[in-house]
Amino acid sequence: MTSGRNMTATSAVAYAARLAQVDVVAAYPITPQTRIIEAIAKFVADGEMKAQFVQVESEHSALAATIAASSNGVRAFTATSSQGLLYMHEMMHWAASARVPIVMANVNRAVAPPWNIYGDHQDAISQRDTGWLQLFAETNQHALDMTLQAFRIAEDPRVQLPVMVNLDGFTLSHTYEPVVVPEPEVVNRFLAPRPAVDWLDVEHPKTINGVVSPEHYIQFRALQKDAARRALVVIEEVGEAFAEQFCRDSGGLLSLEQVSDAEIVFVALGSAASTIRSMVRAWRSVGRKVGVISVRSYRPFPDAKMAEALAGARVAVVWDRAYSFGCGGPLAGEVKGALYGRESRPVVLSAVGGFGGAPVGPTELEKALEWADASMQGRPVPLETWFGVKAYRDGRTPDGKE
Amino acid sequence: MPVDVARMTKVFERPKSLTEARYTYCPGCHHGVITRIIGQTIDELGIAERTVGIAPVGCSVFAYLWYRCDAVQVAHGRASAVATGIKRARPDLVVFSYQGDGDFASIGTAESLHAANRGENITVIFVNNQIYGMTGGEMAPTTLVHQKTTTTPDGRDPATCGYPIRFSEIIATLDAPVYVTRQALYDTRRIQDCTKAVKKAFQNQVDGKGYSLVEILSTCPTNWRMSPTQANEHVANVVTQVFPLGDLVDRG
Repeated sequence: MTSGRNMTATSAVAYAARLAQVDVVAAYPITPQTRIIEAIAKFVADGEMKAQFVQVESEHSALAATIAASSNGVRAFTATSSQGLLYMHEMMHWAASARVPIVMANVNRAVAPPWNIYGDHQDAISQRDTGWLQLFAETNQHALDMTLQAFRIAEDPRVQLPVMVNLDGFTLSHTYEPVVVPEPEVVNRFLAPRPAVDWLDVEHPKTINGVVSPEHYIQFRALQKDAARRALVVIEEVGEAFAEQFCRDSGGLLSLEQVSDAEIVFVALGSAASTIRSMVRAWRSVGRKVGVISVRSYRPFPDAKMAEALAGARVAVVWDRAYSFGCGGPLAGEVKGALYGRESRPVVLSAVGGFGGAPVGPTELEKALEWADASMQGRPVPLETWFGVKAYRDGRTPDGKE
Repeated sequence: MPVDVARMTKVFERPKSLTEARYTYCPGCHHGVITRIIGQTIDELGIAERTVGIAPVGCSVFAYLWYRCDAVQVAHGRASAVATGIKRARPDLVVFSYQGDGDFASIGTAESLHAANRGENITVIFVNNQIYGMTGGEMAPTTLVHQKTTTTPDGRDPATCGYPIRFSEIIATLDAPVYVTRQALYDTRRIQDCTKAVKKAFQNQVDGKGYSLVEILSTCPTNWRMSPTQANEHVANVVTQVFPLGDLVDRG
């Protein structure tokens, strides 16, 4: 195994696409994703990657071309971010419903307006119901490892669904960390060529994606639903296989740290989970019983595992870097759903913040811990708190008090 | 010798419709010159109080900082559609969109073409520097054949990447546009010509004549890896061979 090299998560993803021997990459530049496709363009130009790289005219076309390439049985990849992902939305549904095992890196970035290029999860969460599987990387190494795993998950005959690998804009995309780039022959033992599937084949003419009647339409949706649920099993299997071969835990559905005896458990996606890990270690060193659950698979959502992991906790602080307006923190809602009907379950506090590059750091996390403590002591506390919001210009405060 | 400022004659000043905010552009980039030309035009036509500028995505994403007029920041490529909406809602306003080659001629292809085809009474400033500047120098639709960019490290290969698109010529095939022209800024003479063209494009709108497009060949010394002087020479000697200067449509 080679030793780690300092690189950004965008470079790590580009290496993963190269190691996965992707056949077609269609993409469009957008900050903070662009370094992925620039690196791939360089690999292709230098003959280090035998892919067709196509810089198309928009993200909508990028995903349409990627879907079509994948429909021919080849391995197809794309990468985007924020507005680009939103512009793909029509094709997002198309990719999942057409059951093409595309892998896409989404470098998480806030959504306009107002304009902002920094990180949050509104882009990814807004694509929640398109049918894509969504994984979240905590580190640059995860960005590489999860991209490799994503191809194996997506192409598994039990799944056949596209996978989005999410990596936080700037926190991961523009930050250097040591990343181990595995040797191609080792990767080849983990990731076989894409299994032969019954796709477009001129010897056996067919039409795909045609019109169906109402009674048939739901059959397609049911098949898709079953495949997404089966992905729960496949993601775990692939994560275990990866860990065995590469001696790194960078997959699976959830990653638990110090959860088994914790009174307070934080739940988060992506690099925020990584920050919380270091806080948990600090809190543990002063005797606080705090743990963290990093949600590595947001779709499929591992509801049973989540409920089991939280069964012993008194308070769960679920951190959302996205929001479902008029409802609440999306991840918090899903954690609550997972706990429904369970006899042993914690109070769920919904922490909302880290939007548009605002920090989810020690200051915010210490405040969140105080809030969880107050709840645990039985004091009346709000069930949802927005972090980093100042009083409005008219003097009102965000929670509506004058 | 002490200078008596009061006795000095002011021969040159910042247009009143420009703010004092500093440009975020690189040295040698033409965006600043174009911004000034537009500001001067707004001054000369006396339309500052009823002008709305549309800021695109790209290096000119901060365009709204520099004009003393209303502005809307829009999504990448949507500028001509947004200009359409504003103008249809408030025909009394003067609406201009400021768009780069990626914005206007790539991701905004559909709305750029169809706003022109409907003959919307708007003014479009299309800044063609043959590269995606802000994201770090990727291939643009207007990138020259064999030009090196970060997504064409060995140069644009027409076999896989096609040829530089002459979007103004495409728009010139339409019946509706009133004025379509391509200008440059590599020397004083060109700057004077370009200033006249921009004024005409705004005047057409003020006169209710219809759609005007001014394409301006601009530089990107940073991503072209050239000095500002070399970049100007490159536009004069190379870029204009692919994108000839002059009026393509003038039904004004």
